[in-house]
Amino acid sequence: MQAGEGEIVAVVGPSGCGKSTLLELICGLQRPDAGVVRCAPAALMPQRDLLLPWASALDNAALALRAGGIGRERARELTRPWLERFGLAEFERTRPAELSGGMRQRVSFLRSLLAGKPVLALDEPFASLDAITRAEMQGWLDHALTAEPRTVVLVTHDVEEAVLLGDRVVVLSGRPGRVVASIEVGLARPRRRADPAVVALREQVLSALGVSG
Amino acid sequence: MSASVRRALGALLRQWRAAALLAALIGIWELYVDLGGADPLILPAPHAVASAMYDDRGLLWSNFLVTAEEVLLGILVAAVAALVLATAMHFFVTVRRAVYPLLVASQTIPIPMLAPVLVLWLGFGILPKLVVIALVSFFSIVITTLAGFASVDPELLKLVRTFDMPRRRVFFSVELPTALPGVFTGAKIAVIVAVIGAVFAEQAGANSGLGYVFTQALPQLLTARAFAAVVILSLFAIALFCALTLAERLTVPWAHTSGSQIGEMDR
Repeated sequence: MQAGEGEIVAVVGPSGCGKSTLLELICGLQRPDAGVVRCAPAALMPQRDLLLPWASALDNAALALRAGGIGRERARELTRPWLERFGLAEFERTRPAELSGGMRQRVSFLRSLLAGKPVLALDEPFASLDAITRAEMQGWLDHALTAEPRTVVLVTHDVEEAVLLGDRVVVLSGRPGRVVASIEVGLARPRRRADPAVVALREQVLSALGVSG
Repeated sequence: MSASVRRALGALLRQWRAAALLAALIGIWELYVDLGGADPLILPAPHAVASAMYDDRGLLWSNFLVTAEEVLLGILVAAVAALVLATAMHFFVTVRRAVYPLLVASQTIPIPMLAPVLVLWLGFGILPKLVVIALVSFFSIVITTLAGFASVDPELLKLVRTFDMPRRRVFFSVELPTALPGVFTGAKIAVIVAVIGAVFAEQAGANSGLGYVFTQALPQLLTARAFAAVVILSLFAIALFCALTLAERLTVPWAHTSGSQIGEMDR
């Protein structure tokens, strides 16, 4: 499996095929039992937002900067324009408990983005959102990554999400997880769910997963 | 009326059940003694306790100040010792393994046995009292603080590792704030046992304090005065508990947005 610079690779596979393990290997949180992982430094965006409940949206988004040893005020200054770009400016002082699920995921994404790593590892970032918010957030992420390109590994079990967001969709088999297909998407963005090409690709991925429509 | 005043009044009003129960219990107690159920010299009626509290107000107040100082300083010592110890146990497995059994053992020491030894060793001053109070009250803070450190989401720790967050910053930015509600829970338990500890310590050897008043009053059959001292100690413990609850609300407001909390008086 490979990802080129600036490429968005969506990884789909059945539960328990090791998708999360893959991300932990990429992020250097685990060492491989066998084989090698060659990867530029990666920052994780977890499935649950894991925002600090005591910190404001601004301070949460600034966490990765603070981790790098930047002072509190400086980190806030650097983060503020990003909150504006992500439509969160008015929630700067709001604590996570008062933010909607979609807003929390945006803060979480921004936090990982600001870690300044060349690679982003997104672990089912929208799995815990309701269907409407998820659709909105997929459009938002597409937009955000167009504006701020990164090499992205997006793990998901939502085939449609993979086709909508990925430059390439990598399909893993069940245990033990192996790459069974690598499908180039090659459609212009933003993609529409109802686009026949998107629907066709979705069917192709599903059949690679062994699910017949 | 501002919202905060209204909230405070509302919180007080919610205590009416506690007030009603207390009034009923005092009423039963009063009736029991008045109707000859117990010798008033052994069990004084509530009105006798109340008048002792008024008649001896000078004596009780000056001795209360002594005990209050012991308790407050003792809890301070306990809290500092507990936080340092819990942090060391959290950081170093060796310390945790080595200290944990002794920590539990320290709580099995019978205080009435230890207190006289400490008095002989450290004198009649405040020092042996502080040791006893700290000894009985630090345990709960250590345990709940350790639990607080352990309650940090492992996924969150993984996340900050991908941000290359240094260990020290993980502690101050993530682990310590997560543990704070636990520290408060432990401190709430600690203030109650601290008051009991103060009485034991004063009984072992003191020339002032409410525990001393209590010890002196009983052989003189001044039971109403002894009871008055106990009532003041109880009120003091409740006041400390409430002060901590308030401090907790102000310091860790996020811990109150969901779920129930241990030690909430007005839920």
